[in-house]
Amino acid sequence: MSVTLKNISKVFKDPENVSREFTAVKGVNLEIHDGEMVTFLGPSGCGKTTTLRIISGFEQPTTGEVLISDQRVNDIPPNKRDTSMVFQSYAIFPHLSVAQNIGFGLELKGAKTKEIKKEVEKIMTVMGLSNLYSRRPDQLSGGQQQRVALARAIINKPKVLLFDEPLSNLDAKLRDQMRIEIRRIQQTFGITSIYVTHDQDEAMTVSDRIMVMNEGEVMQIGTPFEIYSRPANNFVADFIGRVNFIPAKVLEVKPEGITIDCFGHRKTIPSWSGDFSKNDPVKIVIRPESLILHAVDAGESFISGTIQRSVYLGPTVEYEIKAKEVSNPVLAVTYNPVEEGFYKDGEELGIDFNPPAAHILPD
Amino acid sequence: MGKNMKEKIQQLRMLTRDPLLFSLIIIILISLVLFILYPLAKVIIVSVFPKGAFTLEIMGKVISSWHLRRAFFNSLMMGVLTATFGSLIGFIFAFTITRTDIPLKKFFNLIAIVPIISPPFIGALAIIMLFGNNGFITSTLLGLNNFKIYGIRGLLFAQIVTFFPVAYITLKGVLESISPTLEDAAMDLGGSRFKVFRRVTLPLAVPGLASAMLVLFIETLADFGNPLILAGSRFPILSVQAYLEITGMYNLPKGAALAFILLIPSITAFFLQKYWVAKKQYVTITGKPTISTIKLVSPVVKWILFGTVLFFALIIIMIYATIIWGAFVNIWGSDNTLTLRHFMYVFGVGFEAVKDTIVIAGIATPISGLLGMVIAFLVVRKKFPGKNFMEVSSLLSFAVPGTVVGIGYILAFNQHPLLLTGTLAILLLNFIFRYIPVGIQSGIAVLRQVDPSIEEAAVDLGADSRRTFRKITLPLMIPAFFSGLIYSFVRAMTAISAAIFLVSSNWNLMTVQIMSQVNSGRLGAAASFSLVLVLIILFAIVIIRSLISYRYGKLGGTMLKI
Repeated sequence: MSVTLKNISKVFKDPENVSREFTAVKGVNLEIHDGEMVTFLGPSGCGKTTTLRIISGFEQPTTGEVLISDQRVNDIPPNKRDTSMVFQSYAIFPHLSVAQNIGFGLELKGAKTKEIKKEVEKIMTVMGLSNLYSRRPDQLSGGQQQRVALARAIINKPKVLLFDEPLSNLDAKLRDQMRIEIRRIQQTFGITSIYVTHDQDEAMTVSDRIMVMNEGEVMQIGTPFEIYSRPANNFVADFIGRVNFIPAKVLEVKPEGITIDCFGHRKTIPSWSGDFSKNDPVKIVIRPESLILHAVDAGESFISGTIQRSVYLGPTVEYEIKAKEVSNPVLAVTYNPVEEGFYKDGEELGIDFNPPAAHILPD
Repeated sequence: MGKNMKEKIQQLRMLTRDPLLFSLIIIILISLVLFILYPLAKVIIVSVFPKGAFTLEIMGKVISSWHLRRAFFNSLMMGVLTATFGSLIGFIFAFTITRTDIPLKKFFNLIAIVPIISPPFIGALAIIMLFGNNGFITSTLLGLNNFKIYGIRGLLFAQIVTFFPVAYITLKGVLESISPTLEDAAMDLGGSRFKVFRRVTLPLAVPGLASAMLVLFIETLADFGNPLILAGSRFPILSVQAYLEITGMYNLPKGAALAFILLIPSITAFFLQKYWVAKKQYVTITGKPTISTIKLVSPVVKWILFGTVLFFALIIIMIYATIIWGAFVNIWGSDNTLTLRHFMYVFGVGFEAVKDTIVIAGIATPISGLLGMVIAFLVVRKKFPGKNFMEVSSLLSFAVPGTVVGIGYILAFNQHPLLLTGTLAILLLNFIFRYIPVGIQSGIAVLRQVDPSIEEAAVDLGADSRRTFRKITLPLMIPAFFSGLIYSFVRAMTAISAAIFLVSSNWNLMTVQIMSQVNSGRLGAAASFSLVLVLIILFAIVIIRSLISYRYGKLGGTMLKI
């Protein structure tokens, strides 16, 4: 079932002072395909949860339309919408047992007790909850509560499954497990899903596509690969992962790439966002792991610098390099230090990159 | 403003989609207007618009009467004195119980709570029995024949004993929420015990103290039973004077004018408490109560506090011992032979009133409690025009002295189409709307703790607002419902100030019976009526509590702190 957002905006009013307004969501347009899992990603206060609540019907958009399988649902209250939500706080009913919680939606639909029991048992097996049938919610661990919340949401076979930061109350290890689990279950049932998070790793793991938001506006919609390596603007480049911005100037714009001048070196970079013409100042966006480090005179380098700080992390080593051409320290990462070896603080290095790893943004 | 209007219209449009909710809101708003605001308005109308036109004639008469000016002044003075001393004693109790390791804490806690579940004039009754003309202490022990307990001495004593428990409960909550780690930290920084108390504990408790004092002021001003028994003719009190104008002189406008005057300081104190003091409350609650290391007081101070608390505990015990003893002796003060004749009276001639009281309290309190829960739910969880009005007007009952309500009811409901005077309905309506604030407040407290997403989850799964309320919200509110229920049952059983205007020969109340026994000097009957009343309340509390803990197990175990 597809979900379409057409020019959705939401303005909140200060209940104490009606003339004070806050625009939480500004003109969001999005199309989610059947069976797709899309993540709304952004810092807190960016409007992602509000957008989700507009889709679920808990908030009314100030302007715009919400369509579920091409039908306008603006006027349908949340209890009649075919959406199911997994809440950040799980919202497990504390006075009901695990099985009663999971079967609640079916009970509301007036299903027969026997049928509810069968369905609940089936889904509990899929979710790995089979031995918790008559447990009370306060006897569950965080991960189990999470599974109960998910089971309760999908037993209704909703057209759309909504996740509101579902993993933010779990510890790091469990979070990693649950993301994979959520993705597995979403794909098993093939439910169109929307997932809200501020954690980029989580967004990367679970999504088909990611919508990055900031201050109520859509910054970029794309696959995890596009978002990370082909960011549409500074915000996305900076928000997702760590990044180097290196200043350069346009020499020539051709369909196969933009040729730039970077501290006297010519490079033709095949990927860019925006319109450019000759002599425009630009930024090269390059991820730390795409930089190639070598001894100063061991090969070609477009800049060189001295290691200010190195951090050994086991699988990787991270460097902050002071290059005289760039004001901020350059961030670089190398892998497999056991075999490849690593550099020491104070060492002078040449820095280079392969053009396909880079991306051009306007300065 | 245009936008504001639009918002309201949108809220209305959303509401009409849920006709049940919509009509519920309308019905509640109409009932609040009819049974809370209309009687109050009637009091004001009768006192300043007696013949349809505005006149200060009656007010002028009241103000020019020296006796009534005294009454106003005396009421305010009693309010201030009781608030001060009552809060002080309440604070000593609360501080001693939360901050020291004295023995018998549970016992003291229980003793401080007992007056709350008794009729508010039990102190006055015991004082008459001990210090009155035939008083056990004054007459029998000391042989004094002319000791005057009537007037300010006796009344102040009775009101302090009656109302300090209210301050105690408030302040105990306040002191418990001040984390002892703050005191430990202050001491760790080098503060002496007294300095820590003066600079940390006391300032943190000041808003709670102010709140307790205002509540006591309101309750004392509204008090009717104690002054009726103890004030005497030389020391007029406003609530009693209003009652006498109406039942003695049949002067409704003048009674209404007095009620109006009584209303002004009460309402002022109420809004001060609700909108000013309550906002200044510090919140240091971290969720888990921190383990107190209890070293804020030196051993000497500890035993001084213990002595003080013990002294007041003994006074309360003496009061109840007097009542119990008085219920069993033949003629108080002259014939000490034990007898059951007073109880035979209660269960014979007086049993009609016992039955009526139980029926009225039994019907009114569940309705009141449920209505309170519904209003709490609407106020906390729903958006609709008139929401603030609903909250404020339903909580108003708490601030309005019972005397004013009683007068308002007889003025408002004595003609068609709402001719209710003398019926069961007028008593029920009065009790229902008088005690909804109890349910509302406990309901609001619980709902603020329940994550709204729990209800949203039910809606999300397809429940409409009625089913969400019935299947999710109500079960979660049940502990609050029952503890509110117990409290309003106690209040309904022990109410007198409003009810005394509304009883009739068909429907009478035990409290009113006790009053008339006292007035005709039959202290034994009054004592045994009081004893039976307290026992019924205790019995009801035990029944409700065990029902809940049987039905809701752990959920019900921690909820009733009475």
